[in-house]
Amino acid sequence: MSYLPKPKLHHPKLPTNAIGLTRRDYEGAISTLCAGCGHDSISAAIIQACFNLSLPPHRVAKLSGIGCSSKTPTYFLGAAHGFNSVHGRMPSVLTGAYLANRDLIYLGVSGDGDSASIGFGQFAHSIRRGVNMTYIVENNGVYGLTKGQFSATSDKGSVAKKGTVNTDQPIDLAAIAVQLGASFVARSFSGDKDQLVPLIEAALLHDGAAFIDVISPCVAFNNHPGSTKSYDYVREHNDALNRLDVMLPREEITASYAPGTLTEVVQHDGSILRLRKLHEGHDATDRSSALHALMEGKSAGEIVTGLIYVEAEATPLHENLGTVPQALNALGDAELCPGVEALERINASLR
Amino acid sequence: MKPTDITNPDHFHKVVDCQWACPAHTPVPEYIRMIAAGRYADAYMVNWHSNVFPGILGRTCDRPCEPACRRGRVEEEPVAICRLKRVAADNKGEVAHRMPPIPTERNGKRIACIGAGPASMTVARDLAPLGYEIHVFDGEAKPGGFIRQQIPRFRLPEEVIDEECGYALDRGGVVSHMNRRVDSLKGLLAEGYDAVFVGSGAPRGRELDVPGRNDAAAHIHLGIDWLASVSFGHVTSIGKRVIVLGGGNTAMDCCRSARRLGGEEVKVVVRSGFEEMKASPWEKEDAMGEGIPILNFLVPKEVLHDNGRLTGMVFEKVAAQYDEKGRRSLKPTGEPDVTIEADEVLVAIGQENAFPWIERDAGLEFDRWGLPKLDEATLQSTLPQVFFGGDAAFGPKNIIWAVAHGHQAAVSIDLFCKGEDVRNRPPPDVHLASQKMGIHEWAYDNEVSLDLRYKVPHLPAEKALRDITAEVELGFDREMAYLETQRCLNCDVQTVFTAKLCIECDACVDICPTDCITFTENGEEEELRTRLKAPAVNTYQDLYVEDGLKTGRVMVKDEDVCLHCGMCAERCPTGAWDMQKFLLETAKPKAHACHSR
Repeated sequence: MSYLPKPKLHHPKLPTNAIGLTRRDYEGAISTLCAGCGHDSISAAIIQACFNLSLPPHRVAKLSGIGCSSKTPTYFLGAAHGFNSVHGRMPSVLTGAYLANRDLIYLGVSGDGDSASIGFGQFAHSIRRGVNMTYIVENNGVYGLTKGQFSATSDKGSVAKKGTVNTDQPIDLAAIAVQLGASFVARSFSGDKDQLVPLIEAALLHDGAAFIDVISPCVAFNNHPGSTKSYDYVREHNDALNRLDVMLPREEITASYAPGTLTEVVQHDGSILRLRKLHEGHDATDRSSALHALMEGKSAGEIVTGLIYVEAEATPLHENLGTVPQALNALGDAELCPGVEALERINASLR
Repeated sequence: MKPTDITNPDHFHKVVDCQWACPAHTPVPEYIRMIAAGRYADAYMVNWHSNVFPGILGRTCDRPCEPACRRGRVEEEPVAICRLKRVAADNKGEVAHRMPPIPTERNGKRIACIGAGPASMTVARDLAPLGYEIHVFDGEAKPGGFIRQQIPRFRLPEEVIDEECGYALDRGGVVSHMNRRVDSLKGLLAEGYDAVFVGSGAPRGRELDVPGRNDAAAHIHLGIDWLASVSFGHVTSIGKRVIVLGGGNTAMDCCRSARRLGGEEVKVVVRSGFEEMKASPWEKEDAMGEGIPILNFLVPKEVLHDNGRLTGMVFEKVAAQYDEKGRRSLKPTGEPDVTIEADEVLVAIGQENAFPWIERDAGLEFDRWGLPKLDEATLQSTLPQVFFGGDAAFGPKNIIWAVAHGHQAAVSIDLFCKGEDVRNRPPPDVHLASQKMGIHEWAYDNEVSLDLRYKVPHLPAEKALRDITAEVELGFDREMAYLETQRCLNCDVQTVFTAKLCIECDACVDICPTDCITFTENGEEEELRTRLKAPAVNTYQDLYVEDGLKTGRVMVKDEDVCLHCGMCAERCPTGAWDMQKFLLETAKPKAHACHSR
């Protein structure tokens, strides 16, 4: 952490985006996490992605639970809405907010403890329901705030800082998200922004439950030999399925690639996900192929990253429920409270 | 790109833009921090060691440091370095006891300095503490040269000149021969000096050559001579309507002096455009602020007179034209000539060197512009025991260049007198020291102030114009000075990177407020500059490159707009980044007592 705020002065050639903001305008307060924490790099990637997409910060709602990861929303998008919820309860608060106001862009930030342990059920149900959100897990494999015990995502056989060996099986949140019907699943590494930034952009544009598992080394308790979530280990075992370019509907497409190596996925909003395949046999639009790639990677001892699965035309929760097309705050008193007669009609229909 | 060799002091020296730009390489951020800490005497001494005349330069320097200042690239205006220097001088108190003692025992060598201007005084100051016996000759009654004669008192009070000339000449070891103009080099050489330093300036004002010049001679004056007459009190008034010819700082001094001596309609007329004028922007501003219009693109054509009484001047209107090579020439526009009525004309269109006292058979060679042939580094002439400096060396420059020459000549003279090779220049004193005191604690104040440049308070114009000796600039008070010091980015506190400690976590990349740092694949500089986090378009500023990272990438830091805020080092989990203070002091004559340490 630093005592001083980051100086306001910026590079004289700092570019502005379509809504006239600079990248610096998407920052938040200065981080109080340990120096070198992977989470700070993820915050920087979120800032970059939101800048690239020209998102109006005040149209974003960032929600989190408890833990190092869940502190990070303070450190980006200072002008966005925020909710720091109870441990593991971010998904239900987010779901509620989404139901009340479908017009905001929802960004849930959680950690491996918050999502794979105490909030595992909440995680599962928000994905399963197809809440339109970007759900980022900052996954460092340890409980950093309580001095580095193994978390539920620690690999079996990995070694803690003081030498204890983990005997439990890890939870692969990405694989579970695929099984739960998430319509966008990716994994990345905090130390590879070239990969991470486009994945966050694509997830933010995705109309459905988008889940990203980001391996994020804990410099204080999980960045040593024997850890499988250290900077060195992840770099050595990073096996990317593909490289992603995100093109907004308004952008002209100029790059050209050899045939067969390229898959284009057009998302609901018209954005194009251009995937350069790095893995033969993996089809990012096929759920079983996605699971297969994850299983294969695991047995080979590799960390599979990239866009694992995407379903271009997902059906988000509001569509399934048939709710009103407006946010509740856009409705008048008469619509929100239609009166005794309307209530009786409903009750009668249920008798 | 090859990794940067940070053991070569040039890389980090260049990062300290102000110090690199200063001809005398004054460690600017070092003394600015001292001013911030209220250590005015310490700040004065850092200056004194380096530039000899802090009080004088704090008012009159051409400030090559300020256009170079990094602050001007990340914000609107540079730090007011020059005026902070004056704050150190104004508040220093007693400093004489801090100066190196002059040994009572002489080393037996006698050095003659011709002219008592800044260059000669620097030579005397540098050499006297080593035991040299210095003889300074000057045609005037008091030392200072240009400083005393041509800079108006409303910019530089006489007490400041007296004090700082005194520190150079009156502490022992120096014999001043005032009122003695040297009229023969051969004669002087015959007096058996071990070395001679020529610091006689560029004393001749360039003449105006237009019809009518000689007929109205009584009302046309050469700028530098007229300023000297004003300075010595020989001239105390001027006509109501005055034309000042020329666009340099001398012209600005002339017009402002004329305003104070009775000139009501004073106009500056310049051949070139406003932007190309040689005068410093702030001097132009100050002149215009006193109600003096500057008229550009007018070339003198004729002096009008009525039986020898000057009535005005005729000018031809011109415009700048550029040929295909980009060279500028002034072409008449064909518009009607402009006539400006005037009672007196001051000519400040340049200065020339003049060495009438150097016999052509003295063994000293001159080039075709009439300047002595010199070795640029050693300032030695073709006569080995004769050295030059200041305006006498390479034509008119300024005080800070004269000081820089003085230091170099003093080094040369010392080597020469010891029988050593004068081209064997001693290296500068360089220190690099970590500023780390705790996890987020540094020995320097790393908070970056967002304040804009503070303006130095001025005497109200109606008061200033009534008295030619009333100093116009009042200087910063201590409070304002403190606020201005906080604008300094501490560019001498360097970001030093140790690749073998780096775990490539990107923390520094993410936190850097000015996007200076990139980890990427190596490449040729030109190409590498295009793919950094922020394109490095200012090619004058170096890239700092380190290899030896685990991933095989390189760390590239664009030094251009680094705020030296230390955020990279604060966010670095392994101490791969450290903030280290780079202190460089140019070489002075060996074992020199004038070194600050």
